[in-house]
Amino acid sequence: MTRMFKLVTFRRFTAVLGGVVAAVLVAVVVFFVIYAWPAIRLNGWHFFTSNTWNTGNLYANPIERNGRMILPGAHYGILFLIAGTLLSTLIAVVLAVPIGAMAAVFLAECVPSQLRTAVSFFVELLAAIPSVVFGLWGYVVVIPFLGHHAYPWMTAHLGFLPFFSGAPGSGYGLLTAGLVLALMIVPLITATVRDALVSQYRGLRDAALALGATRFETLWTVQLPATRRVLVGSGILATGRALGETMAVLMISGNALNYLPRNIYSPISTMASFIVSQLDSALQDPTGLAVRSLGEVALALLLIAVVVNGAARLLLYYQDRTTGTTT
Amino acid sequence: MAAASASTLVPPRQRRRLRRRLTDGLGWAVSTVAFLLLGAATVSIFWAIAARGAHALDLAIFTQVTQGTGGGLLNAIEGTLLLAAGGLLLAIPPGVAAGIFLAEFGASRFAPVLRFMSDVLVGLPSIVVGYFVYIAAVVDLGWGFSALAGAIALAIISLPYITRTSEMAFRQVPAEMRDAARALGATDSHVILRICLPIAASNVLTGVLLALAISVGETAPLLYTAGWSNYMWNGHLTHEPVGYLTYAIWAFITEPFQSAHALAYAAALLVSAFVLVISIASRMLMAASRRHSR
Repeated sequence: MTRMFKLVTFRRFTAVLGGVVAAVLVAVVVFFVIYAWPAIRLNGWHFFTSNTWNTGNLYANPIERNGRMILPGAHYGILFLIAGTLLSTLIAVVLAVPIGAMAAVFLAECVPSQLRTAVSFFVELLAAIPSVVFGLWGYVVVIPFLGHHAYPWMTAHLGFLPFFSGAPGSGYGLLTAGLVLALMIVPLITATVRDALVSQYRGLRDAALALGATRFETLWTVQLPATRRVLVGSGILATGRALGETMAVLMISGNALNYLPRNIYSPISTMASFIVSQLDSALQDPTGLAVRSLGEVALALLLIAVVVNGAARLLLYYQDRTTGTTT
Repeated sequence: MAAASASTLVPPRQRRRLRRRLTDGLGWAVSTVAFLLLGAATVSIFWAIAARGAHALDLAIFTQVTQGTGGGLLNAIEGTLLLAAGGLLLAIPPGVAAGIFLAEFGASRFAPVLRFMSDVLVGLPSIVVGYFVYIAAVVDLGWGFSALAGAIALAIISLPYITRTSEMAFRQVPAEMRDAARALGATDSHVILRICLPIAASNVLTGVLLALAISVGETAPLLYTAGWSNYMWNGHLTHEPVGYLTYAIWAFITEPFQSAHALAYAAALLVSAFVLVISIASRMLMAASRRHSR
């Protein structure tokens, strides 16, 4: 009797204590919904479709609109943030997925297995470098190079391509952010695809080789397609990381305000970096609407992150289960 | 062989073979270049930080506190260690408990839900966590910028990493160990805490090290929770902002002074070196435990 009782308690104990992990996620989401609710009601759909973030006249008396006090001239629209976030992420993912997958091929197929861990470390270290160090590197190394050499050259010689022409800017901007983000997310893709290739069922490869395919043909037509789900799953996970990156983007994106990018050199802001750069000024608003609207930005970012990561995880769980049965 | 001299003389079959061989070579070349590109970026980052940071490092960095945009980083070094340790202290109990629950009681209906939510938590943007703690603790609870608020933010970020590695660690404990202990009449708590935990400990530690590396490198969740301070920590958990190294990187690199840049580079070198050492240590630990279990 006592043993039954104890058994249940230890299990419950770990469930309750461990349940904190789940509770935190729920708490954060619920908190932001409640916190941003006044802003959601007031801003409506214009929040996502208009392009002006204006906290209003901080020195004027608040006026009433829809039963809430706001500052005259206050208007909150984040279209430019959505554009900046999605475009920088798009550039990052488009660069990181093929490069990451090909680097994984190199690590899985060209490096002897005794050396693989050591050589992989060069790529995996990228995942360990803190965001702010990427930002520092971008600020002191990448931006001077791109701004003074690469971008002027690109406008001169690649200007015929859409979005490559126009003012090359100073180096702060969309493409710079995309490039650095690509480096930040690429180790995730490389590590997952490498592991998938290494742990792949050998019969697949042997069968293709026995049919006379070359090593690369085997890889390209048999081995890589077999990792498709892992590639997609890790690509989505990487997308989630790029969407939420804050410090590096803050330091290199140019922090544009109310401005849609015209070409790939344009300064941008992302939702995550905008929260850092605007929180101080949003706190000046005595009606509190500015900081709650910023909370709405956080909520939107949060929901995107939950959906993206949830989708990726479900895909990868499914992969685990299917490979679990075949090997 | 003869293909280069006159392609018309080469029979079609050989030409096709040549083309296939060329594609093959090209494919491997592309994959090698992709790897070299990433390797070069890694080296460039570490070189940029190491070269500039080595110039900036002197004794004053470790012995003096920050004065305006000069002085040392002693306050920030202390703050970084304090916040990271506090975050781990808060994150380890629930994280390991969640890992134990997922590994040992995985048949429970709650287990897949918990695993899923933990995995989604990994993807939460760190600034969102910081903003949450800022509003909830710094403003609503009135703690002000403080060590505790910063530690809580870091704990939330560390939680899912500790959970995941703990689950893996406990899963790797051979089932025979549990069966043997149970056959001798051990209870669940005895089996898990006395038999499994010692075996899983080194792998759990790997997750803790990973969380430590992440905590030391985080900036965004601390900006509005820990704040920044030029002084040493006075022992108060709330109402007392603390400094940390990543803040020095972010804030001082855009200052127009040479002394501020030196602080930023020194801080970047310290953070990067710390993260590098932890990554290598956790890898060696993982390799050692794998060799041990084999």
